[in-house]
Amino acid sequence: MTTLKEQTVIQEAFKNRMDEDELLNCMRCGFCLPSCPTYVESGFNETHSPRGRIALMKAVADGLIEPDEDVERSLDLCLGCRACEPVCPSGVRYGHLLEEARDIINQNKKHSLPVKAVRNLVFNGLFPHQNRMRTTAGLLGFYQRSGLQSAARKTGMLNWLPKNLAAMEKVIPQVPKLREMKNRPTYFSSAKPVKKAAFFTGCLMDTMFLETNNATIKLLQLAGCEIHIPQNQACCGALHGHSGEKQTARDLAKRNIEAFEKLEADYIITNAGGCGAFLVDYDHLLKDDREWHERALKFSEKLKDISEILYELEFHKKVKLELPGQIITYQDSCHLRNVMKTSMAPRKLLNSIEGIEFREMKDADRCCGSAGIYNIVESEMSMQILDQKMIHAKSANAAVIVTSNPGCLLQMKLGIEREGLSRKVKAVHIADILVEAACQKEK
Amino acid sequence: MVNIQIKEKLISIVGAENYDDSKAGRLVYSYDATPNFQSMPDAVISPRNAQEISSILKVCSSSGVPIVPRGSGTNLCAGTCPTEGGIVLLFKHMNKIMEIDEENLTVTVQPGVITLDMINQVEARGLFYPPDPSSMKISTIGGNINENSGGLRGLKYGVTRDYVMGLEAVLANGDIIRTGGKLAKDVAGYDFTRLLVGSEGTLGIITEATLKLIPLPESKKTMLALYQDLEQAAKSVSKIIADKIIPATLEFLDQPTLKVVEDFAQIGLPTDVQAVLLIEQDGPIEVVEKDMKKMAEICKKQGAVSVQLANSEMEAEALRTARRAALSALARLKPTTILEDATVPRSEIANMVKAINEISQKYGLSICTFGHAGDGNLHPTCPADARDKDEMERVEKAFEEIFIKAIELGGTITGEHGVGVMKAPYLELKLGQAGIDAMKAVKAALDPNNILNPGKIFAKDNRKRVVVSQ
Repeated sequence: MTTLKEQTVIQEAFKNRMDEDELLNCMRCGFCLPSCPTYVESGFNETHSPRGRIALMKAVADGLIEPDEDVERSLDLCLGCRACEPVCPSGVRYGHLLEEARDIINQNKKHSLPVKAVRNLVFNGLFPHQNRMRTTAGLLGFYQRSGLQSAARKTGMLNWLPKNLAAMEKVIPQVPKLREMKNRPTYFSSAKPVKKAAFFTGCLMDTMFLETNNATIKLLQLAGCEIHIPQNQACCGALHGHSGEKQTARDLAKRNIEAFEKLEADYIITNAGGCGAFLVDYDHLLKDDREWHERALKFSEKLKDISEILYELEFHKKVKLELPGQIITYQDSCHLRNVMKTSMAPRKLLNSIEGIEFREMKDADRCCGSAGIYNIVESEMSMQILDQKMIHAKSANAAVIVTSNPGCLLQMKLGIEREGLSRKVKAVHIADILVEAACQKEK
Repeated sequence: MVNIQIKEKLISIVGAENYDDSKAGRLVYSYDATPNFQSMPDAVISPRNAQEISSILKVCSSSGVPIVPRGSGTNLCAGTCPTEGGIVLLFKHMNKIMEIDEENLTVTVQPGVITLDMINQVEARGLFYPPDPSSMKISTIGGNINENSGGLRGLKYGVTRDYVMGLEAVLANGDIIRTGGKLAKDVAGYDFTRLLVGSEGTLGIITEATLKLIPLPESKKTMLALYQDLEQAAKSVSKIIADKIIPATLEFLDQPTLKVVEDFAQIGLPTDVQAVLLIEQDGPIEVVEKDMKKMAEICKKQGAVSVQLANSEMEAEALRTARRAALSALARLKPTTILEDATVPRSEIANMVKAINEISQKYGLSICTFGHAGDGNLHPTCPADARDKDEMERVEKAFEEIFIKAIELGGTITGEHGVGVMKAPYLELKLGQAGIDAMKAVKAALDPNNILNPGKIFAKDNRKRVVVSQ
């Protein structure tokens, strides 16, 4: 609930802070409508479309309506997938508008005590601190290995959880041991290095998905990169930026820029589309900061997704890729596709694996409903979107669904679990399947 | 105004889940794609069938509440902007393709069907529905019929009007009527089908349509002709027609338009030339090849610096898609994008292009022009800023002059976007007072309480304005 007093403050902040030119840049042609998952899934409700949301933001800024619960609801239900951006002929940067609007609402709204405590713990206490991330993941690992997990499953304790949280519990990957997470080297050489790559390991990727990070390092080595892993890097801040915690996001951005700029690497590599899209936007995040903007630009220019760099360095031509016969499909990471503009490279790489058939599923470019923590906070819409996605995945008849972002990966695993397909279909990160396919014999 | 009694009556018809009068819910239906028009409706309603619409109209008629039917809100004349409040009526539940009749070559649809979805469905069966407004990926068939939309294929195949064979519509008093049918010939009474097409929701609410299909042409080719001189491009258009070739598409884009479109689409459009013509022909392969060759020769003779044939259907589709994005892409330039669609007989295209350039210079404006040159339908577009009052005054005057020039050349104030609110003050230029009176008489007969999309087509006064509201 937002009080009337809060509404007035929020309205004022909309007036002062929302980018008027960007709001006016939307000429309301509606070309974005068919690309918006929530517009389609809500039964063509303009309130849940990009055009509608921009109109609402503008109306609040213009004083035409108050930022009431319905306005907030409209913004909350947005996945932030940004599929509306590449289809917008006017080039409206919707993602920036959404981020600012959410930041305003969040900064000026009094959350209830429990919500405040959870937000504070997650956004400030946990994600910015990689050591705490490791410890938390370590606890999860303890839960998985100690027998607690099987006990919880056997006793039916998990039935106490909401349905999709219980399913989520099943799909969380086996967490590596704390020791493995802590003791990874910070430099990897390559046989004949041609490029110097700095690896942005990501907070979630470097704990729960450590194996995927190791695979990424291996692929970069095979492609001819020496790899540096700066120790002082932090969470990218995407989670904060998307949830109205922009100041923390800026602090994290600065830490990352500082950690990477000294290395003077040719590339900064990520393997998580969600992080990549936020990192590549650091120059926008820090646009009002004179000292940092230039440094952010240099950082963003070097940023590349793993599949993009592999394709560019012709990894698929240097290394023989082969797998047993099966159908493989690819689910785009929205932010990788819509913000980092990487959609062709992963498909080309997968297509070059011998023995398999690469088959597109319908609407592979449409969000899977994961969207950060969306699948937890907006689980109804998220599951509706996921169910639609699984219909397409099933008709592609694929044995493997490849993704390129941890959130999407978990969501696809969840979808497989919900459909009862876990024996027939698996979801993997592109780095893992490429490593599996690489026979490590140079052509 | 919708009071509590009316609200209760409406909810009893459609159910509470299909009635929305929240502020946010109303705001997002307060506009369409027309710049500078916005007005809040009192409520938004989503009926499920013609019967419910009939009941709604009876309530509106007896209480005098305006009702505005709205598809996807992509129109460019403020036709679906609820300028007098009342109720916005949506067709999100009425979006089924009812039947594709391959024996009679017709398709029967509900109004909420997305145009492109229907086109794809019929093409999968080797059939063809030619009207292809640039917004077809978003627009609804109901919207197309109400605005009598054109498109890129207008010059060879005609516009929406030419494909509507029969309609079901609800009149203001709640009566449900059916017009026409799957009939090639039908002279039983007035041609109400044609009257309703392009009536902008002011005469009745269309609830079903039977549309004509034709066989899908067996082949199609696409090319670009590049010019360093606008008028040479325009003259090529008239020459092609005069040479008795009717291409499927003959589109014109000037340099500023090319630049913004390329900015968006990034398909390698030439941005170093003054203008291009996008030319397409479809039909039997021999005819297509012969026509394309002939048209290429004509273009070169008129001064085209180069003529490039698209190498694949993918390349051709990219060109068409890019062209369709032209208007929205122009919105990149400045905050407010004012566009018109003055139309002239195609022999006058060169004169019109010349006049537009002179007028834009006279008023110190940059007017970008693109459009369906082949059917004389141009879209002079002025990137402006609504916050700059002086500039908006100049835009106003420039467009008035463009309208007057178009009429002078035997043309019209709007070729395919409709009158709506935006061009209502100029309607008299085209029709004269007697013409307007005759139309008003029809409106008064069918909608005596003036509840169906009031304030559209007919201006309240004769003050001319496109963009400046005072």
